[in-house]
Amino acid sequence: MSALDQMPAPGRPAMARALAGLMPRAEAVLIPAGALLAGFAIFSLFLGALGKSPAEFFGLVWKAGFSSAFSWQNTLSRVGPLALAALCVALPARLGLVVIGGEGAIVLGGLAAAVTGTVLAGLPGYPAMLLMAVAAMILGGLWIGAIGALRIRRGVNETIASLLMAYIAIALFNHFVEGPFRDPASLNKPSTAPLAETLRVGDMPFIATHWGVVAAALACLLCWVLIDRTTLGFAARIAGDNVRAAQVQGLPVARLVIGFTALGGAFAGLAGFYEVAAVHGSANASLIAGYGYTGILVAFLARHNPLAILPVAILLGGFEASSGLVQRRMDLPDATILVFEGIVFVIILLSEALYGRLRIFTPGYWEHR
Amino acid sequence: MEPVEIGLWGVPLAVLGGAIRVSTPFLFVSLGECLTERSGRINLGLEGTLVFGAMTGYALAYESGSPYVGVLAAALAGACFGLLHGWICKFRGVNDIAIGIALMLLGMGLAFFFGKPYIQPVAPDLPAINFGWWSDIPQVRAALQVNVLFLLGGLLAVAMAWMFRSTRVGLTLRVVGDSTDAARAMGLDPDRVRLLATAAGGALAGIGGAYLSLYYPGSWNEGISSGQGLMAIALVIFARWNPINCFWAALLFGGAGALGPALQSVGVSEGYYLFFAAPYVLTLGLLILTSSPDRAMQGAPLELSLTK
Repeated sequence: MSALDQMPAPGRPAMARALAGLMPRAEAVLIPAGALLAGFAIFSLFLGALGKSPAEFFGLVWKAGFSSAFSWQNTLSRVGPLALAALCVALPARLGLVVIGGEGAIVLGGLAAAVTGTVLAGLPGYPAMLLMAVAAMILGGLWIGAIGALRIRRGVNETIASLLMAYIAIALFNHFVEGPFRDPASLNKPSTAPLAETLRVGDMPFIATHWGVVAAALACLLCWVLIDRTTLGFAARIAGDNVRAAQVQGLPVARLVIGFTALGGAFAGLAGFYEVAAVHGSANASLIAGYGYTGILVAFLARHNPLAILPVAILLGGFEASSGLVQRRMDLPDATILVFEGIVFVIILLSEALYGRLRIFTPGYWEHR
Repeated sequence: MEPVEIGLWGVPLAVLGGAIRVSTPFLFVSLGECLTERSGRINLGLEGTLVFGAMTGYALAYESGSPYVGVLAAALAGACFGLLHGWICKFRGVNDIAIGIALMLLGMGLAFFFGKPYIQPVAPDLPAINFGWWSDIPQVRAALQVNVLFLLGGLLAVAMAWMFRSTRVGLTLRVVGDSTDAARAMGLDPDRVRLLATAAGGALAGIGGAYLSLYYPGSWNEGISSGQGLMAIALVIFARWNPINCFWAALLFGGAGALGPALQSVGVSEGYYLFFAAPYVLTLGLLILTSSPDRAMQGAPLELSLTK
C-alpha cells in the first residue's frame, strides 16, 4: 500500500469516506438480509393468496420462537443440530463441494452414540459420554469423508452421492434399530436400549436447554478459526476458488477435500450424539427429523461463513419451533414451514446474482459523490 | 382363479413384474433429465418435481374423475418448475446445482402443503394393458400388467434418440450443450434453448410423478417418492446421456427396487431394510464405476457443470 492511498482526500465529507470503507463490507450482510426480507414478502403473498394473514403468521413465529424464556428453550434446542448440520454443508462448500447428505451422518452418529452408550453402561458418566461423542463423530466423519474421497479419487458427483448415502444411512439405521440393536422392551416404536441416566447430557444452568448449543457455537468458532485464520484454511479457500491453481501450487487438494468433508461429517455426527444423549435417550425414528436438510438452507443463508451460521440457525430454529403453534392456530398444514424455507432458499440463491453488481456497494460510488 | 404354488420362481417373476411397474417413474424422470442435461444444464430439483407432479396428478384426477387430466396437469406443473429453474439459472453467478436443491425442497414443501386434503380420497387409476392373457398362472398375469405410460415412455426413449441424432431440434440442443460460444456464433440463444429443455424435462418428471400416485403404488401420501427422482438423475450419468440406455437402466433400477418386496412376498423378511436400500447401493456403485477422475466422461455434454 502506498502512502498516497493512506492520505485522507481533502475536503471530502467524513460520512462519504466512512461509507466508502464500510459499504463493500456491508454487501456480505445486506444482500442476504435483503434476500431474506424478500423471501418473507413472497411467503406473505403466498399466505395472503390463500386467505391467511401473514401478520398473524409472523406474530406466531415471534411468540413461539423468541418471545419468552420458554420459547427460547424451544428454539435453542433446535439450534445445536441445525448449526452442526450446517457446518457439514459449509465446510465442504468452502472447497467448492455441494454436500447435502448431512442427515445420514446425523442418523448414523446418533446410532453410534446409542450403541456405544449401551456397551459402556458400566463406565462412569463423563468418560463414557466422551467416548459416545467420539464414536458418533468418527462414524459421521467416515460417512461424509467417504463422499469427499469418492469425489477426489473417482470423480463421483458429491451432491448426488451424498443424497444417496443419506438414503442408505437411513436404511442401515432402520435395519439396526429394528434388528440387531433393538431393545425388546420397545414395542410400538422400535428403539435401541435406553441410555443410563448417568450417560444423559443434562441441561445448562439457568435455561432448560441442553449443552448442544454450546458445542455447536464452539464448533462454529473452531471452523471460523480454521478457515479464516490458519494456512490450512487459506489453502482450502484457494482450492475452492480454483482447483487447478491450487494443484499447480502443490497444495494437497485431495487431503484437504477428504479432511474438510470428514470434519463436516464429524460435526453432523456430533449433532446425532446430542439428539440421542440429550433429547431422545435412545436411537429411534425420531432421530430422522430433517435437521440435515434444514441445515443446507442454514449454510446457504450464512453463505458458508461459520460465524454467520449461529445467528441464522437461531432464526430458522425459531421458525421451526413455531411450526406446531402455526398449525393449530392458523389451521395450516405442517408443510407450511417447508414452503417458507423453500421460498427463502430460492430467493437467497437468486440474490447470488447481485454480488458485485450493485454500485452502492463499491467504494467508488461513495467517493465521487 | 386359484393361486398356483410356484415357490421361489416367484422371486424372479416378481422382480420382472416389479421392474416394469417400478421403472416407469425412473424412465420419465431420466428422459427428462437427459433432455435437460443435453442442453448443458443439470436440474437436481426433479425429485421435488416428481413429488409435486404426483400430488397434482392425484388431486386433479380426483377432482375431474379422469386420470388423463391428472397426467396432463402433472406435466404442466412439472413444466412450471422447469421454467422456474431455467429462468433462475439464466442469471450469472447462480449455481444450477444449488438451485436444484432449493427447488427440490420447495417442490416437496408445496406438494405436502397442497396435498394434505388428498391423502384420504381415492382417485381413479390409470388403466393397464394385460399382456399375460396367454398364461394360467396369476403371478405371471400380474407381472405382465403393463401400464400405458410405460409403453409411452419406451416409445419416447426411441423418439428422443432419433431426435438427438437426426433432427434440427436435436442438433440445436447438442450444440448448446457442447459449447455456449459455438451456439451463440450460430445465432442461437443458449439461455432460451436451456429454458425450454429444462421445462420439457420438468414436464416429463411431472408425468413420472403422476404415474406414482395414479398407478403404482397408486395413492398419494408424503412418502410417495423415496429418492426415485434423484436416482433417475444418477441413472442418466450411467446411461451416458443416451435415451435408449436410459430405458434399460430404468428397467434395471426398477428390478432392484422390486427385489425387497419380492423377497418379502416369499417369506424372506430378514434384512428387509437392507434390500430396501438395494437401489441406492446399486446407484452409488454404478456411479462410482462409471465416473472417472481424470478424463472427461464419455458422451457427456461439455457445458455440463456436473463434469467440469
